[in-house]
Amino acid sequence: MLFESFYILILAGFVGFEVIKRVTPTLHTPLMSATNAISGISLVGSLVAAGSDQFVSQMLGLVAVTAATINVVGGFMITERMLKMFKRKERKQQ
Amino acid sequence: MINYPLEITYIIASVLFILGLKGLGHPATARRGMHYAEIGMLMAVIGTLLGQNIVTWQWILIGLVIGSAIGTAMAIFMPMTAMPQRIAISHAFGALAAVLVGINEFIVKGSEITSGLMGALGFEVLFGSLTVAGSIMAFGKLQGVLRSEPMTYKGQNFVNISLFFITVGMFVYLVFFPQNSLVFGSMIALSFLIGIFIVMPIGGADMPVVLSLMNSYAGLAAAATGFAINNKVLIIAGSLDGSSGFILSIIMSKAMNRSFANVLFGAVGSAQVDTSTLHEDRPITKINVEDAKFILEQADRVVIVPGYGMAVAQAQHAVRELSDELEKRGTKVEFAIHPVAGRMPGHMNVLLAEANVSYDQLQEMEVINPTMDTVDVAIVIGANDVVNPAARTDKGSPIYGMPIIDVDKARTVIVMKRSMATGFAGIENPLFYQENTKMLFGDAKNVLQQLIAEFKKN
Repeated sequence: MLFESFYILILAGFVGFEVIKRVTPTLHTPLMSATNAISGISLVGSLVAAGSDQFVSQMLGLVAVTAATINVVGGFMITERMLKMFKRKERKQQ
Repeated sequence: MINYPLEITYIIASVLFILGLKGLGHPATARRGMHYAEIGMLMAVIGTLLGQNIVTWQWILIGLVIGSAIGTAMAIFMPMTAMPQRIAISHAFGALAAVLVGINEFIVKGSEITSGLMGALGFEVLFGSLTVAGSIMAFGKLQGVLRSEPMTYKGQNFVNISLFFITVGMFVYLVFFPQNSLVFGSMIALSFLIGIFIVMPIGGADMPVVLSLMNSYAGLAAAATGFAINNKVLIIAGSLDGSSGFILSIIMSKAMNRSFANVLFGAVGSAQVDTSTLHEDRPITKINVEDAKFILEQADRVVIVPGYGMAVAQAQHAVRELSDELEKRGTKVEFAIHPVAGRMPGHMNVLLAEANVSYDQLQEMEVINPTMDTVDVAIVIGANDVVNPAARTDKGSPIYGMPIIDVDKARTVIVMKRSMATGFAGIENPLFYQENTKMLFGDAKNVLQQLIAEFKKN
């Protein structure tokens, strides 16, 4: 089970490396906020904790869900806001 | 045993994340890519809510509502100029979630914790706790709550390295004796301390590297969470982020001609400057706004090099106006962006995009440099070290070998600067004394507005 997870880690790391290598430097800030939103995937684990039947887990989960949701919602929204600004203007050149 | 619908949902979500990041390869495809990633996240969340063993809903709902409200408010009201701080603090949130999930797992599993599980949990809380503290420190420095200058003291590296080894020692102990909650808690606390100490000596100009590293650690914490709770989508999303932050850190370090280790442990920014090489008595050529206008009027091709000074002066809108004025006259205007200009990766690009500069005008250093000798005028606005030719010529210079934008090869260089003060690295810039360099002193925004007014006169 653990070893299977290692395969996934290594392969996903390589895919990430190849994909992100091709990200244009112009968009490095949106890249950071996008990966930040994606790392809010901890939300998945947080939901399970908050939705369990033990009080301690529920409380830890509550804070974790809140924090991860800030990341997911805020991260994606601000990425969109930034990307909207990157426009190509029609300019008359000589 | 395997919950097929849930696993399939997670697989699709993972693919959507990868497609989302792939979209960032070009500004034209980026927004569509983000929509893929958003759908992926939504699928992962809904899949989890329906497919995992959820028995109580009220805390989930409260968390989702509060988190969405704060996240939305931050996204809408945060000015673009505060983006470096925002990026810094958001790493702390993601990592905090990972740490809390880790602590919960430790409490719930109790005596069932195996060495393997502790291996995963340990990485999760170590990276997580370090990222939380480091990101809060970076936030404080960028926000101006903490001094942005490097804070150093004697024996700092010794303290940091000792703390590091003690923490690693605790981790190793825990793998053999996973039930010791005292050691587990102390390890989290120590890792938090390391996060504070590691960012303390890092100065403002090195922030791009710190933010990239924190980005990477936050991703690794999420990936470790995936190991601990055996969730594949966490591992995939986490390692995507981990590699993204890692690549950015490499790009940033290379652009500063420094190694990771040097940024983190190098008593950063305190490079001893040999004052005997300063030539403050050499003549410089000062010009005023009218002269600058005259020079620019003659130019067919102008390259603007922005630096952190442009961000500080909030001059991006004025820069764009000047560019518009020049283009009206048929001049070709481009912007040359150094990878570490500003306080985070891509800082200048975001500011210029906000000011409505077309993205095809934003050029990378490598694209502009080979054509620099055909540039009539290069305008340097609030940048210093990234255009310092000593990096190319002076073997004794602390920044020797750092890639720079070769503005000194342009026919004329106009440098907009508040004073003759040195840049972050505290190094004299021979560019200012070149024959073809004209110094235009003053606040960047103010000077630019005067210059635009001058153009509008006729």
